[in-house]
Amino acid sequence: MSKMKKILALLMIAVLAFTVVGCSGGDKADDAEKPAEQTEGEDNEATDEQLKITMVTDVGGVNDQSFNQSAWEGLQKADKDLGTKSDYQESHQDADFVPNLETALDAENDLIWGIGFKLADAVKAAAEENPDAKYAIVDFSYGDKTPDNVVGVVFKQEQPSFLVGYIAAMMSETGKVGFVGGMESEVITAFDYGYHAGVAYANKVADKDVKVLRQYAEAFDDPAKGKAIANSMYQQGADIVFHAAGGTGDGVIEAAKEQDKYAIGVDRDQNDLAPDNVITSAMKRVDVGVYNVVKDLKEGKFPGGTTVVYGLEEGAVDIAPTSDKHVPKEILDKVEEIKKLIIDGEIKVPVDEDSYEEYLKTLE
Amino acid sequence: MMKRNRLKITIISIFVGLLVGAFILLAVGFNPLEAYAIMIRGIFGKPKYISWTIIKSTPLILTGISVAFAFRTGLFNIGAEGQFIIGALVATLVGYFWNLPPVIHAIVAILMACLAAAIWAGLAGFLKARFGVNEVITTIMLNWIALYLSNAIVFWDKFKRPNSEASQKILETASIRFPKGINFLGDFFRAPVNWGFIIAIIAAILIRHILKNTTLGYQLRAVGFNSDAAEYGGIDVKKNIVISMAIAGALSGLAGAVHVLGVTEEVSVLAAMEGNGFDGIAVSLIAANSSIGCIFAGLLFGGLKYGGYKIQPAMGAPSEIINIVIGIIVFFISMPKLIEMLTTLRVRRKRGGEIESK
Repeated sequence: MSKMKKILALLMIAVLAFTVVGCSGGDKADDAEKPAEQTEGEDNEATDEQLKITMVTDVGGVNDQSFNQSAWEGLQKADKDLGTKSDYQESHQDADFVPNLETALDAENDLIWGIGFKLADAVKAAAEENPDAKYAIVDFSYGDKTPDNVVGVVFKQEQPSFLVGYIAAMMSETGKVGFVGGMESEVITAFDYGYHAGVAYANKVADKDVKVLRQYAEAFDDPAKGKAIANSMYQQGADIVFHAAGGTGDGVIEAAKEQDKYAIGVDRDQNDLAPDNVITSAMKRVDVGVYNVVKDLKEGKFPGGTTVVYGLEEGAVDIAPTSDKHVPKEILDKVEEIKKLIIDGEIKVPVDEDSYEEYLKTLE
Repeated sequence: MMKRNRLKITIISIFVGLLVGAFILLAVGFNPLEAYAIMIRGIFGKPKYISWTIIKSTPLILTGISVAFAFRTGLFNIGAEGQFIIGALVATLVGYFWNLPPVIHAIVAILMACLAAAIWAGLAGFLKARFGVNEVITTIMLNWIALYLSNAIVFWDKFKRPNSEASQKILETASIRFPKGINFLGDFFRAPVNWGFIIAIIAAILIRHILKNTTLGYQLRAVGFNSDAAEYGGIDVKKNIVISMAIAGALSGLAGAVHVLGVTEEVSVLAAMEGNGFDGIAVSLIAANSSIGCIFAGLLFGGLKYGGYKIQPAMGAPSEIINIVIGIIVFFISMPKLIEMLTTLRVRRKRGGEIESK
């Protein structure tokens, strides 16, 4: 009996609380309705101007300190400069990609982004099923099979990797540098061999004999593992470690901090994570790529059916602007020269093992 | 009477959860009514959304039953996640490498997945029965072993799809999807609707039957109530622990299999646990360890996850807030059950056979 009373009391409280929330919620709703109407009005007046854009993240989420975050920053910049209206939807597992893309389609977006090559299949399927919608994907190229309503955006990540590889080899005092990869894939392999080639180039032109230690963490979200790998590399005599490992790389930078060694960041300028230890970063400006495609769409030049490749020439990959804090000016001047050589095609930066072998032959 | 009380507590908990979630939304300046309206529209707005909710719920229902079954027999199966991974992996391997006629191929893939996951979980049961190693520890460790084993096999040249982080797709013959082009019920069949949900319901009924009406079920429950008393009563406790874990594993493996054969058609390299098994623990808590209850709890949970995440893009609320709100709702839904269960478990352990004789 007393149990019944307790439950009854609980129910009463619940009902009471709900009516309270109901009231305040109601007020809020009134408040919210007005601006909502206004924005709707705006929409109607300027349908040809305000574009609605959305992005579906991969499982890293929108605050991954890496390319998802960078893509979102690009969209936010577009909102500010181009007057678009952007939002995002996070994927929590691979099976979320398809329903998330559907949700994005149902919300009548003018452009739907898939961030990261893991979404490649889902984006292609959605694009083929809905030829009237526009899609774009970061880090993946469908080559000749790109549907007309899809744009692929890829980056020459091997180019900044080459530059930081050169810097690492020139600055190493022990003659050993390290590379920590996330998971083996086309993108990370390009970082890997670009870096190796940069070191090989420095060995050749500056007559050095710097060796590269390489290890993959098999994870993009395991800082503890990144730290362990970096620590063991420092113990084996490496004094500079470059990572292309997303969140795992945070551990690499932490190890550098604790051991008072150098690290090289990736994707964005990671000097803020350890100002005394991160000497430079291989920047891949996903935000620039994303922004440019939105701008093209706004100007009616949506490059559907093609893959846009961003490299040094377009300013979408580079070394970090804070590099001058640690890297001597002579080396940075050299880096500028190398950039020109890469842009002019004098240096063909390798992207995988085969092209790396070929590249080594050209050095001899 | 007891049952009606349980249902009441559950429903109150759901309301309290929604209520606290509403306060949080209010506190950060979003209208909770609008948010919940978006969620409900996101689940029921179109026939397609309903089918997606069912698809999302199916693995949760099965892992929920898996955890519930183990709990009914006195074991805490935290390894549903790893068993799910093993089931998904084996179903994909069989679905890709073996050549069998349609229907039979799917059935064989499912059975092999169940068998593999049963052995996987049975290992934890064996360690408990033979050496007294707590199943909570072993199943958690087996989760990680399963994760890395799956990744290692996906990276195998013959299995990996080139230029991707996923395995090859299963053959058409192994698919349990409904055929394409069914057009009634609006766009209900636009989503990858499959036999998984029906399989889950059959599994729920089967487990209920085993527990209620069979000697095996009686023995398993007796071990769960009080293993000493059960042993005194002539029941082989050790054997029953292994059997219980194996059945729980088979259920989670089944979840992985229907997820692969019905929805994803592949396994991808996992950077982290996806949570299908861990969510199963919550589902089982909501359902108060009733296998039939898991169907509804799984649907509720799947709906929250599918519809809830639609709030974010529609309202522009940061995804963290939405995650907190969904987390709070789940927390409140499962909490009273957890407390209730822990107290009854303690009473059971203390008083032993007394309750059983009632």
